[in-house]
Amino acid sequence: MRQLVIMLIGVFFGIALTKGEIISWYRIHEMFRFESFHMYGVIGSAVVLGIIFQKLSRKFNWTSVDGTPFLFVEYPKGWKNYLYGGTIFGLGWAMTGGCPGPLYILFGYGYTVIIVAIFGAIMGTFVYGLIRHKLPHY
Amino acid sequence: MDFLFKPWDWYVAGPCITITMAALLIAGRRFGISTSFATMCTMAGAGKWTDFFRKDWKQDAWRLFFVLGAVIGGFIASHFMMDDTMVGISVETIRHLESIGMKNPGMTYEPDYFSWDHVFTLKGIIIFLLGGFLVGFGVRYADGCTSGHAISGLSNLQLPSLIAVIGFFIGGLTMTHFILPYILQL
Repeated sequence: MRQLVIMLIGVFFGIALTKGEIISWYRIHEMFRFESFHMYGVIGSAVVLGIIFQKLSRKFNWTSVDGTPFLFVEYPKGWKNYLYGGTIFGLGWAMTGGCPGPLYILFGYGYTVIIVAIFGAIMGTFVYGLIRHKLPHY
Repeated sequence: MDFLFKPWDWYVAGPCITITMAALLIAGRRFGISTSFATMCTMAGAGKWTDFFRKDWKQDAWRLFFVLGAVIGGFIASHFMMDDTMVGISVETIRHLESIGMKNPGMTYEPDYFSWDHVFTLKGIIIFLLGGFLVGFGVRYADGCTSGHAISGLSNLQLPSLIAVIGFFIGGLTMTHFILPYILQL
């Protein structure tokens, strides 16, 4: 039942990113060329509302349906892996025009060729797992 | 109802992303999509190679349900909620893309090389296979993607997430302005 609800949240997310044109390579290209406010508006409004949600939930002690605290992300302090990894991700993002969510959504949209990029991403994650102990972190 | 069929403005799509994050938190989960790549590595037996993937993937199975839902969402939106396939990009972007030889930029959701005919050309291999590889390698190294860092992390005022997002832009700007124009003209 829980998995079904989570899947429906995914459906909502997939529809929103499609209708908001966020899955389009063109929108990402335009964003990195600073030629439209669209993507900045999408990410900016999502973050501002996210901060408000986070503050309200702490103030009023909102919990999950299980009564447990919300799983807000807390990342270990540091910068190396965030900056280096983020930069590598950015190179790929601008190339494929899709971050991980849109890659999946594009498959559903009908651009099935994107499965090649998803395969590449799984391979990239695998290779990271193999060599991570040699890379600088934090 | 008309609204459903028109493209959604940023002030509709952005809040929908926050709703997604909030709904997952209420369901006792967290918003983060890139971990699904690692989950699939684990399911495929990558734990044999390194303990990084040695864990119980059943705990992460919910991510795959979320991903499956996102795929279905893309299908529903493209088949039942679209008047046309145009993307409302700016005139400047269209002019720029035409100047480097792209045909009909913005008339469909993706450029014409997003097809099985093009994927095994040099351009297709670079963009899809190498591009995908960089996405998958980079997100795991940075420990999060746009949903994990830019949305969830920044919402929780995490400095590492801000650093990661700066990295996203260093990489994205470098690719878009200095490398991609050459790849697109292959």
